[in-house]
Amino acid sequence: MNNLQKNKLIDSAFKTLGILFTLLGIIVLAILLYNIIKVGYTRVNWDFLTSLPSRRASKAGIYTAIIGTLDLMLLTIIFAIPIGVGAGIYLEEYAKKSRFSRLLEINIANLAGVPSIIYGLLGLGIFVRFFGFGGSILSGALTMSLLILPIIIVATRESIKAVSPSLKEASFALGASKWQTIQKVIIPSSFGGILTGIILSLSRAIGETAPLIVVGAMAYVPFVPHSLFDTFSVLPMQIFTWTTRPQEGFAIAAAGAIIILLAITFIMNGIAVYFRNKWQNKLQ
Amino acid sequence: MAKQIAIRMEIKIEEHLPMDKIVDKSLKKIPTIEVNDAKVWYGDFMAIKGIDMTIKRNTVTAFIGPSGCGKSTFLRLFNRMNDYVDGFKMEGKIKVNDRNIYKDKVHVEELRKEIGMVFQKPNPFPKSIFENVAYGLKIQGITDKKLIADRVEKALKQADLWEEVKDNLKKSALALSGGQQQRLCIARTLAVEPSIILMDEPTSALDPISTSKIEELIFELKEKYTIVIVTHNMQQASRISDYTAFFYLGELIEYDKTKKIFTNPEKQQTENYITGRFG
Repeated sequence: MNNLQKNKLIDSAFKTLGILFTLLGIIVLAILLYNIIKVGYTRVNWDFLTSLPSRRASKAGIYTAIIGTLDLMLLTIIFAIPIGVGAGIYLEEYAKKSRFSRLLEINIANLAGVPSIIYGLLGLGIFVRFFGFGGSILSGALTMSLLILPIIIVATRESIKAVSPSLKEASFALGASKWQTIQKVIIPSSFGGILTGIILSLSRAIGETAPLIVVGAMAYVPFVPHSLFDTFSVLPMQIFTWTTRPQEGFAIAAAGAIIILLAITFIMNGIAVYFRNKWQNKLQ
Repeated sequence: MAKQIAIRMEIKIEEHLPMDKIVDKSLKKIPTIEVNDAKVWYGDFMAIKGIDMTIKRNTVTAFIGPSGCGKSTFLRLFNRMNDYVDGFKMEGKIKVNDRNIYKDKVHVEELRKEIGMVFQKPNPFPKSIFENVAYGLKIQGITDKKLIADRVEKALKQADLWEEVKDNLKKSALALSGGQQQRLCIARTLAVEPSIILMDEPTSALDPISTSKIEELIFELKEKYTIVIVTHNMQQASRISDYTAFFYLGELIEYDKTKKIFTNPEKQQTENYITGRFG
């Protein structure tokens, strides 16, 4: 076998291997989905979505968990987006390049990799105990905001960095102030990227369980939260509790809740992709 | 095609001769930009090594010199665009319309309404044609829709773009050709009604036809504006400018009437550069 043939063989071998590795992830996900749907599809109906949790598996629903999840996400959006986007803009546009700002940057990048349970403990220490918010939806949302802040900051910075410096120069040269340039040129041009980052960070937050367990999310909440200081439950929490029950009925209910959670996540990711494409087309 | 362009350019030069007449007329007017011993550093690197210069009103002044000679840096001193460069430090005095622009009290935003700038690569905003030209007015807080529409039309006409875009003002500026984009950028600058226009190699990214259109435009604009243009194109400098300044290694080697620089320069270095022996 000459050298050329050998190279060709290695080439095709690597290609086949690559396809296999790529498919592996998708196949595992497909099997998982198939299993979950097979078990849980019988429970996914309007009653399941609108019923309160119950000790009897066949009657248990996820109403409080869904509302809890949506409320938690809404509050997290309100806290995390202004702070995260604001910090990103500051670091990229205003902060002078100094040793301190570089230290800040490295720390924010590191924070994105801190395990979520640590954020849970932080939330427990600060919001639950120090500020005395207790195991409330407010504590949960503030903890979640801390968790996704670094992701939003990094995404904002990357999107702003991608805006051509020549556009900034053009704006300055026409007599625009820094804030006018940010508001009228930089944010519109980077909006798609910032939005994508925000939605992806929320998809992460929506599936988090560990920090909420620590902060004090309840497994059984027979009512929907009416104020910021009410206790709450969320979908992953509900799923976690149900899977620890011995009765078969709860396993089925858990599978049903997983389907709903996955559906919400997929829809959010879909929205992120849609907006990104829409914005890219608009800019061309 | 190339031949046509060549003929066109020759005609242009004849049309605008004699150069001396124009220059003499402008000599009587008061200066717009006066530079006194300007020095610029980027960190430890000294980019401008003490330059004195006076630029006269309603003239076209060309800055020439090899890459890295400091001509762009020097141009950008006039509207303080170097302020954003890390490590930028400046000494000396620059007066624009009799006002020292590096004094702390000067509002950079105000200064830039007086001194417009056109860049090397056309850089329209990813907005509509109309919004691009209206940008400078809107950031000044002008909200009168009719006034904005009038100024946009006037600026587009001045930039010789109106006929080509008047039916498509809502179209994205990015859909225009490179040459049209550059004329749009000129219109955008004119809409703010500056008195001085700085041009940093405005035609280096354009094809010859678009280039000659921009050059014609510069000639028309000279009536009302003071124009300073950085160019790598010797022919361009000789065609369109009244005065030419030759920079080398951060120093102003020679500055005189364009005709003098291109026919009988004082310094050997200038002659070597314009005849293509180096640079």
